[in-house]
Amino acid sequence: MTAILAEGLRKTYGRGSAAKAALAGLDLAVPAGTVHAVLGPNGAGKTTAVRILATLLRPDAGTARVAGHDVVREPDEVRYRIGLLGQHAALDEVLGGRQNLELFGRLYHLGRAGARRRATALLEQFGLDATGDKPVGRYSGGMRRRLDLAASLLMRPRVLFLDEPTTGLDPRGRTEVWQAVRSLVGDGTTVLLTTQYLEEADQLADRVSVVDHGRVVAEGTADQLKARLGGDRIDVVVRDADRLRAAAAVIGMAARAEEDAIEVDADARRVSAPVADRMAALAETVRGLAAAGVAAEDVSLRRPTLDEVFIHVTGRKQGPEADAAAGAARAAAEGSAV
Amino acid sequence: MTATTPAPAVPPPARTAGARLKWAVADGLTMTERGFAHWARQPGRAVVSLVFPVMMLVVFTYLLGGGMAVSGGGSYREYLVPGMLALAMSFGLEATMVSLTADLGKGVVDRFRAMPMAPSAVLVGRALTDMAESVFGLAAMAVAGYAVGWRWHGTWAAALAAFGLLLLLRFAMLWAGIFLGLVARKPEMVQAVQILVWPVAFLSSAFTSPETMPGWLGAVAEWNPMSATAGAIRELFGNPGWAGDSWAARHPVALAVAWPLVLLAVFCPLAVRRYRRLGR
Repeated sequence: MTAILAEGLRKTYGRGSAAKAALAGLDLAVPAGTVHAVLGPNGAGKTTAVRILATLLRPDAGTARVAGHDVVREPDEVRYRIGLLGQHAALDEVLGGRQNLELFGRLYHLGRAGARRRATALLEQFGLDATGDKPVGRYSGGMRRRLDLAASLLMRPRVLFLDEPTTGLDPRGRTEVWQAVRSLVGDGTTVLLTTQYLEEADQLADRVSVVDHGRVVAEGTADQLKARLGGDRIDVVVRDADRLRAAAAVIGMAARAEEDAIEVDADARRVSAPVADRMAALAETVRGLAAAGVAAEDVSLRRPTLDEVFIHVTGRKQGPEADAAAGAARAAAEGSAV
Repeated sequence: MTATTPAPAVPPPARTAGARLKWAVADGLTMTERGFAHWARQPGRAVVSLVFPVMMLVVFTYLLGGGMAVSGGGSYREYLVPGMLALAMSFGLEATMVSLTADLGKGVVDRFRAMPMAPSAVLVGRALTDMAESVFGLAAMAVAGYAVGWRWHGTWAAALAAFGLLLLLRFAMLWAGIFLGLVARKPEMVQAVQILVWPVAFLSSAFTSPETMPGWLGAVAEWNPMSATAGAIRELFGNPGWAGDSWAARHPVALAVAWPLVLLAVFCPLAVRRYRRLGR
């Protein structure tokens, strides 16, 4: 069964010359009971997609069904079946943890007693039963995130949206959220999570959609995406940066890699290349380096990182600065083409 | 974190008009209760919101009271206190804006909007909470007014009608505040509105007779909704008013009913529409 099905979602903010397309025909299909990561840089349209799927925003075009109901035509049916953990805590900062959960429970029409029972269970489940009366405004970032997650799970949603759930959390808070997500999946909840962290998608998701400029530019399991890059890679770190060129030549021969597939990072004194036959390439590299008299500090075989996948798919580095630089380059290219 | 608890039964969404109305009332009351819980949590803020208008009343009474005369004759204090009551109701616009933008800025409204609750509940809760606060505020100001020598000379029924008109003005300003809060979205924007509210509030008959102002300014002050309410309650309380012979000056009660209704007819639908359009 498909828990989330989005087809051709479009959303433009602003009008006229100030118009900015956040989504330009986004498609998503997430089977029930799986974790799906939407991976992309700032401004790729991740949050817009989540807000449309969670009934907070109307798409300009396209359709979306969540938990079997259309998000535009039957928003209340969808709202009873979803949970949303946004980028910013969606909590009443003045009230305490229990007051928050009881308020939301009553607004879900669980009744006064039902809301109280559910709040008690969730506070215990998320280790927040000792917070007492303390207003949420005085919670630590991790506690706030946990309470926010608890509120998102009030109705045991069939579909849970997590919009950059660990942004701004310290490593401990991040681990807490990851653990909570993993335990949810065990209960059969479908999770759609957006992230800028490739590691997070790799850790949590069954499948990954790489999103750029409001469209899905690549989709598959993390392994499939990595395999697209040509499987494994060999990394060699040389002792003397002057010998990088010699090392690159040896590795090119050993790995039978095209010249432009070989990456040389002068700062890290590292040469990296895709390999077809792991063991043969490793043995030939070590032999070749010795014969050429290149001293190596490290030789290793590894799978490509999702970072490399992202650069490969979108043709640019991740992150806002890289994003701006790429945008400027693209604008310049378009300008010269006219 | 993995303890299993039974899933709450999913109540069916309201499909009939009757069920929708029932939930609209229930959700509105739940949100009002939230407002009261905020008071209980922040007694300091509640006290300040009561003390500020009382302080204004006392300060203006003693600051201006000595040097002012009522153009129609009579005690200036008896003239000023009804004006201050109407002024406090108008300033309620800011209080409503502040509370609403605080919610909108915090993202808790996103959670409300992603829940199957009645879409009107956030606004209804805000309106009922603020109205309750205004009832207390008005009572505190009336007591303070009594302490500085203000009395009403009419019947109890007339006095109640006067308080009713004040709350009607507050209700109209409240919806204007909700609309402006939805437009502003951010608490920082409230300051801009405050700067605009002050001249509008003072350009009225609250402190002095519009007849003492330059012609065009006086006309604006005469037709100001706040002047209408101030004039009407002066009449109902049996307090001295300002002697004018424009239509606005001679029919303050009719104007004090009409103005808030017009404001409500404009801002109530605008506010609801704006709230619904948060998702566009």
